[in-house]
Amino acid sequence: MIGLIHYLVVAAVLFTMGVLGIFVNRKNLIVILMAIELILLAVNINLVAFSAYLGDLVGQVFAMFVLAVAAGESAIGLAILVIYFRGRGTIAVDDVNRMKG
Amino acid sequence: MILAIVFLPLLAAAIAGLGNKALGFVPTKVVTTGALFVSCALSWPIFIGFLSGSSVASVTPVLTWIVSGDMTVDWALRVDALTAVMLVVITSVSALVHLYSWGYMSEDPDQPRFFAYLSLFTFAMLMLVTADSLVQMFFGWEGVGLASYLLIGFWFRKPSANAAAIKAFVVNRVGDLGFMLGIFGTFLVFGTVSIPEILNAAPGMAGSTIGFLGHRFDTMTVLCLLLFVGAMGKSAQLGLHTWLPDAMEGPTPVSALIHAATMVTAGVFMVCRLSPMFEVAPVALDVVRFVGAATCLFAATCGLVQTDIKRVIAYSTCSQLGYMFFAAGVGAYGAAMFHLFTHAFFKALLFLGAGSVIHAMHHEQDMRYYGGLRKEIPLTFWAMMMGTLAITGVGLPAVFGNPLGIGFAGFHSKDAIIEASWAAGQPGVWFVGVLVALLTSFYSWRLMFLTFWGAPRWAASEHIQHALHDAHGHGTHDGHGHDDHHADESHGNPSHAEDSGDAPSTHGPAQQDLPAGTGGYHPHESPIPMLVPLGILSIGAVAAGFAFHGYFIEPESGEHFWRGALAFREHLMHSMHEVPVAIKLSATIAMLLGLLTAWYAYIRNTAFPVAMAEQFRVLYGFLLRKWYFDELYHLIFVRPAFAIGRLLWHRGDEQTIDRFGPNGSAWLVQFGARGAAKLQSGYLYSYAFVMLIGLTAAVTWAIAG
Repeated sequence: MIGLIHYLVVAAVLFTMGVLGIFVNRKNLIVILMAIELILLAVNINLVAFSAYLGDLVGQVFAMFVLAVAAGESAIGLAILVIYFRGRGTIAVDDVNRMKG
Repeated sequence: MILAIVFLPLLAAAIAGLGNKALGFVPTKVVTTGALFVSCALSWPIFIGFLSGSSVASVTPVLTWIVSGDMTVDWALRVDALTAVMLVVITSVSALVHLYSWGYMSEDPDQPRFFAYLSLFTFAMLMLVTADSLVQMFFGWEGVGLASYLLIGFWFRKPSANAAAIKAFVVNRVGDLGFMLGIFGTFLVFGTVSIPEILNAAPGMAGSTIGFLGHRFDTMTVLCLLLFVGAMGKSAQLGLHTWLPDAMEGPTPVSALIHAATMVTAGVFMVCRLSPMFEVAPVALDVVRFVGAATCLFAATCGLVQTDIKRVIAYSTCSQLGYMFFAAGVGAYGAAMFHLFTHAFFKALLFLGAGSVIHAMHHEQDMRYYGGLRKEIPLTFWAMMMGTLAITGVGLPAVFGNPLGIGFAGFHSKDAIIEASWAAGQPGVWFVGVLVALLTSFYSWRLMFLTFWGAPRWAASEHIQHALHDAHGHGTHDGHGHDDHHADESHGNPSHAEDSGDAPSTHGPAQQDLPAGTGGYHPHESPIPMLVPLGILSIGAVAAGFAFHGYFIEPESGEHFWRGALAFREHLMHSMHEVPVAIKLSATIAMLLGLLTAWYAYIRNTAFPVAMAEQFRVLYGFLLRKWYFDELYHLIFVRPAFAIGRLLWHRGDEQTIDRFGPNGSAWLVQFGARGAAKLQSGYLYSYAFVMLIGLTAAVTWAIAG
């Protein structure tokens, strides 16, 4: 029987992979965007799992919101990325370091 | 009347100074010169009144100045015989110098400023000599110091002129400190700064003492010495003399007015004015005599080897001031004032004549590049001749049945001083006086011979070269300007230069119409405004001695003339006439010896000075470097002052206050900010990492708390 614990573990693993994807990755901004998606999905799994476990639909409604926001976020992120690539000719993470005072 | 005499120059200075260029050159010159001639015309009747005995000493109150507790200082103009003498000297020389400057400064773009300064100086000097209180005298004292500073540094684009102006001001500060302490001390002792009251009370103070640092000093000696330090500064006496030769950086009319005829004699005037005080302080009088004699000798020896025409005359001034002081020091105040009076005429004449020569020679001041000017500028030559005859003391002594000595101005006054020093029982001072008379004669004639006799040596001069190239050899004066550099610098190392009438380029025979050494240059006689003062002063140089010696130094008429304006030792003036024939002849013999030596060295055998300079190289260098006074002061005062300044600047200010104060806190902020900026790497992942840590910390805190 697959219980709540299993869902939570999967979500935790996904979350950790997402976080590490941001830090360990030194290649590519797209990978960071994907890692952020992973983090959000891990959160979604948690929400849905708790919704089913508690019998409360609000969690699933939240998951729908998160999906919508995630879609918007990746659209904006990719748009920024395209513009950035046009301007600098690279999307390597190590070269994106102009965000400082 | 005295109000007009004193304040007209001030008014003129204000108009010319404030109007400046808006008013134009001619109006400012007319106003200042006119005011001075009016002052001069008003001064002579006062002087003549004292000569004839119809005038009496008077005090004209002007304003109340300071009332503070026991101290009351009023502006008041005192006129007595002593002031009257100074009045005619100052206003006459000043008026003539104003007139002379019309010609001499005619190409200067700053003429209104120059004339305003000249008039301001005259006002301050008149204030000094009419002072009724020591504080008012100090006002004039500082006023002339200021005007002197402004006029020495008149050509302010010339660094050497600025340096000379600052030097004059700083050296005078030393003397002024002494004068100030003297005034403070006088007020402390007498409770007043009014000169007549002090002089009345002075004899009663003889023998009293004041305590200072556990010692008892004679009151009058201390006060007189302090006041004399002030006089030493202003009158360039040995020790504080170093500014006077450098002051020659100023325009020549200024040298004539301030650094020869009037301001530098302020010290002599002060000693004479306060002579009743000095009479009760024999020790101070000894010091005055000693310093005067030492200066007299020192300056004369320096004057022997200088090559700059103005510096020779400057040292001569210094030396003559020494004469005046030792005359005062032996008690012959009348003779001191007499020499001051005659000296003003002949020294102003010499300076203005030198200015005329410099004008003719296109601002060349080095006598080694003169020569043969006698025929080129005859009027200047004759004026200078009168001045030289006066300063060397040419005349017939009253010996061998000659009832009355007669001669040029300097003959009467200088012989009076020399005879008085013998009569006062000071053979040492007498000897210095005679020796210096010889030296005076030598350097004066050396100046004359180098300048006016011999073959022209002009071609080697840079200034003349300039003139030839600028004006194509024509003698008209172009706008070359006055900012000539000093001769010592422009002609290389002076120790190599010959001190003779034998300049490098004069070998070879004279050609027909272009004599060797002229370089094709034709000196030009000065314009009328410069020649008129020379003429008038020549009359003074010839006649001032003979015309007035009776009033200044003869026993009965002198007493009648001075009437207590200074301490007149009648018996000394009597015994002055009783000195042995040899003493009476001594100065004249010394003068003739000097003339002969100069003639031999600079006309007869021009190789002689070079040989002498070679032979006594050390002595020559010693004299040329003016006894190494400047170097000594540089070593003792200037360098340590710089060292202390640098220490406080670097160690005190930079390394302590700045380091731990403003710079330290600025550094701290900068260091912190730079550290914080390092955190902002610009990399996305580090920002995300920081966010994560923050989030974790917040969650941990929420759960644990």
